[in-house]
Parts: sequence; structure tokens; C-alpha cells
Amino acid sequence: MTAPVAAIGAAPNASLGASISVRDLNVTYPNGFTAVRDASFELDPGTICALVGINGSGKSTIFKAIMGFVRPSAGEVRLCGLPVGEALKRNIVAYVPQSEDVDWNFPVLVETVVMMGRYGHMNFLRMPSRADRYKVDEALERVGMSAYRTRQIGELSGGQKKRVFLARALAQEGRIILLDEPFTGVDVKTEAAIIGLLRELRASGHLMLVSTHNLGSVPDFCDHVVLLNRTVLAAGPTAEVFTQKNLERAFGGVLRNFQLGGAALHDDDDARSVTVLTDDERPLVIYGDKHSRRQDPDGQ
Amino acid sequence: MDSDMSLLSQLLIPFEYSYMLKAMWVSALVGGVCAFLSAYLMLKGWSLMGDALAHSIVPGVAAAYIIGAPFAAGAFFAGILASIAMNFVKQKSRLREDAVIGLVFTALFALGLLMASIWPTSVSIQSIVLGNILAIADEDVVQVAIIAGVSLGILLLVWKDLMVTFFDENHARSIGINTNFLKGLFFTLLSACTVAALQTVGACLVIAMVVTPGATAYLLTDRFGRLIIISVILGVTTSFAGAYISYFLDGATGGVIVCLQTLLFLLAFYFAPKHGLLASRRRQRVAVEAAA
Repeated sequence: MTAPVAAIGAAPNASLGASISVRDLNVTYPNGFTAVRDASFELDPGTICALVGINGSGKSTIFKAIMGFVRPSAGEVRLCGLPVGEALKRNIVAYVPQSEDVDWNFPVLVETVVMMGRYGHMNFLRMPSRADRYKVDEALERVGMSAYRTRQIGELSGGQKKRVFLARALAQEGRIILLDEPFTGVDVKTEAAIIGLLRELRASGHLMLVSTHNLGSVPDFCDHVVLLNRTVLAAGPTAEVFTQKNLERAFGGVLRNFQLGGAALHDDDDARSVTVLTDDERPLVIYGDKHSRRQDPDGQ
Repeated sequence: MDSDMSLLSQLLIPFEYSYMLKAMWVSALVGGVCAFLSAYLMLKGWSLMGDALAHSIVPGVAAAYIIGAPFAAGAFFAGILASIAMNFVKQKSRLREDAVIGLVFTALFALGLLMASIWPTSVSIQSIVLGNILAIADEDVVQVAIIAGVSLGILLLVWKDLMVTFFDENHARSIGINTNFLKGLFFTLLSACTVAALQTVGACLVIAMVVTPGATAYLLTDRFGRLIIISVILGVTTSFAGAYISYFLDGATGGVIVCLQTLLFLLAFYFAPKHGLLASRRRQRVAVEAAA
């Protein structure tokens, strides 16, 4: 009754225990193409990790391996210490798809999509209980989509569509949430709302793996980064891994890279330069060797 | 009064013949199950697979009649042969998939026609291509009823899992659904029901049975559960009514069923409250007036 607030906040952390362990993962497709070679990284509870790399760098293969869609030809993936198949049976993994991968004309309502998140908790006839309906209401409320629950999903804006699938992940109560390009086609306000929600989930011990091209927002909300180019180039805390040098290694010539020297920017002897790195979406701006941050536009 | 009575008794005549009763309920059963499947089939862009399948199994059915085996067994083997042939040609050549499907299904269909013309006494090409529900043999009724009944039972059990699989396969995987098994199950049911529908409307019109009711329902609702219900009601009523009407038109049951289904589709296409032509014109007009 009188449990201190801090303990309530910390409890889910311990109980969730969400972790991803990828060890020496190799994936070779039936046509002989090896998409990922000797990839290893470890992620702990309460983490938002960005999965960054060019198209074809193996981001989707890593996702597929975590979802059990492809079998590793060597190495293994463990989720919360369990083999992938076992983890899926226990509803540990929730998946938020890329907008392009969804058939928006499919005849389903918003609430039906969110209810799909509960299917794994139901019997094989998928008959929702009162608890399931309550979780759906709660999830819709949390992403601010309650007013749209009886809309067909194609009638929503880009940001609303994203929030529906986030609500599904919430309703599913997966400890590990995979997000595929969550900011594509989303306005800045929704992007901020999504990031806010991800931070709340991090605070409650969830583990989120975000595949993104939106380099600029990575330092905003990701505390870890895995850089890929058909293997793991670097993995670790954002400040250590998400550097210009590493990004150039990951992206090669694909990345647009603008550098403005200190002398071109201001009339003093401050020698720091501004570097803008972008692959089409929001650019990454590096001033000196610090990332710019939206919350702190001055950079310092 | 007298003439009213005679009109009514005229209309009730089909119900007095056991072959008509049999034709009507068998058609309704098959129409219902095919309509259930159509709710899924048209969502994935797989509609024409049903057509390819129906044509490919013709030689199997012909062979079954020639050697006196159950037609479902013949259809089953021909279906497997067709999918093996399609995979083989696709892998060993650089042809696109649609060309391979077109090639294989017409080849098998032609083989079926050839077999029927060589052994005309045991195989009626007309009944395979156009269906012959009015003269269906009792052992064929048993096969059709078993196929349709079992398929319906399975669909009622897994309809939600199939919906998730068709909507978002990744999510379906993430909640532990075996999506490959379900997709395989769906195609097995589709093949089985195609075979059953061969008896009622014939190989040429099977495609309408597994596309039109779902397409019509798609225009009428945004809820998948309702879509299935509407689709099945349409399938059952049009098939039942089609068999009934064909008594007065003397044959061509398949043609009547499919014409009825198409008629309802056209009505929905024009009048559907949200996705119909009228509704979208009204929306357009409102938008133009609002802008002006």
C-alpha cells in the first residue's frame, strides 16, 4: 500500500527483463545470397536501439531473424534468453510494420487491428474476453486514437495510421517491440508523440529496436545504435557509435555529406566545422563533434 | 383467384422434383463455401489463381470418369500436377509467372478436352466445362457435400487467423500463428471447393463463384466479419435461386447463378452507401460546392 513510487517504477524493469542477444548470426537465402555475416550484438531492458544502414545492409534480415522468418545458417538469436520460436509463443515480440507494407484498403476497422494484438492471448477461436476489450480501449486511449476506433484504416492520415499499429503493439504487451521505419510519412508533431511514447515504454523496461533512415532523429531518442553493412560494423551507446567516421563507414558514398568549415560559418578562430549527413530524410547535423538535438537547438 | 393459385403452383413445381431439390441445396452449399473463400481471395490479388486451378483440373476429372474413380481424386492429382508443372517451368526458364500459369493451365485444359473427345461415352465435356448440377449423380453429391461441409467447418474455426495472416503476415508470425501452414490450408480448401464448384457451374465459371460475392461484399462494408457474412449470404441465395430459375429456363444453371451474382455486384457497384458510384459522385459534388 505504501510502496514508494520509485519502487513501482523500477518493478516492471526487473520483471520485464526484455533482452535481445544476437550471436555470430549468419543468414544465407536459398538463392545463395548471404545477407548477414557474423553479426553479434546484445541489448538490455529499457533500451531504444536504432538499426542503421543502407538498403540491403541486412536491416530487414535482422528483423526477419528476430521474428523467426528466416533460419540462421549459423549463430543464433535469443529473446529474453529464449529461442525465437518460444519467445513468439509467449507474445514477447510486437511488430510495427512499415506503412508501405500494409494494405490500407483491407476491410478492417481501427479497433479490429488493435484487437489483433490480443489474439496471441486468446484461445484458438480468438474470442475476445472483457480483459482483451479493456486492453484495446486502453491502448487506443494511450495513443489518442479512441475517437477513430470505428474508422476503416485507409481513412486515416499517415501519423494516425502509425499510431494504430503502435496501439496494437501496446495491446499485445510485447516486451520487445520492433519498429520498421516508424517516421516515414509522419508529420513532426506525430513524430514527437511517437518518440514520447517510446520513451515511456523505455522507462517501463521495454526494449525497442527501430529500423530507420531518419538519421537526424537517432540521437534524439535512441540510446543505442547498431550500425550494419551486411555485418555489425559497430554497436553500443549512441554517443560512442553514432559518429561521423562510423556513419561514413556504414554508408560509403550513399550518404549526402555537407561540411562547412568554421571559417565559413563565423568570423572568429573557432575551428569547429558543421557537418550535415543525410540519406534523404531528416539530416544529421554534427557541429564540432557533437550531435545537434531538437530539444536543445543551440547544440550546447 | 384461380389464376393466382395456378401461378403459385407453377412456381412451386421445382420443389416437387427430388433432382431439383438436390440441385438447389447442393448449389447453395457450394455457393456459400466458395463465397466464404472469395472474401479472402480477392484481397491478395490471387483471384485468377482460382481460374487457373479450375481449368487445370479438367483432365484429372476426365480421367477419373474414364477409369471410374471418384472425380475428386482425379481433380486432386491434376491439381498437384499443375502446381508441379508451374514451379518447374518457372524455375527452369526466365518466363514470368503469369505466362507460366497461362501456359500450364491452357495446356492441361486442352488435354482434358482431348481426352473427352477420345472417350465421349464416359466423359461429357459439356458437364465438366459448363457444369451439370441438374443431373448430378448421387455419389458425386456425396463428394461435393463432404468437401463443402468440411471446408466450411475449417473456415469457421480459422477465419480470424486467416484474416490476420492475409492482413499482416509478420504480425501473425509474432503472435505464434504458423502462417505457412495457414496459407497452404487456404489453397487446399480453395482447390477442393473449386472441384466442388466444377459440378455446379463448370470449369469456365468457377472463377466467378470465388470472386464475385466477396467483391460485392467488399463494396458494402469495411468490417471483415460482416464482409464474410454478406458474401456467404450472396453466394448461398444466388446459387439457390440460380438453380431454381434454371428449371424454368431449362438448363445452364452455372450461367444463371453467375448472372445473378453479377447483377448484385452491379447494384452494389452503383448504389453502395459508401463505396458505390453514386456515393462517390455525391462526395465529389459536396467537395466542389464546399470549395466554391
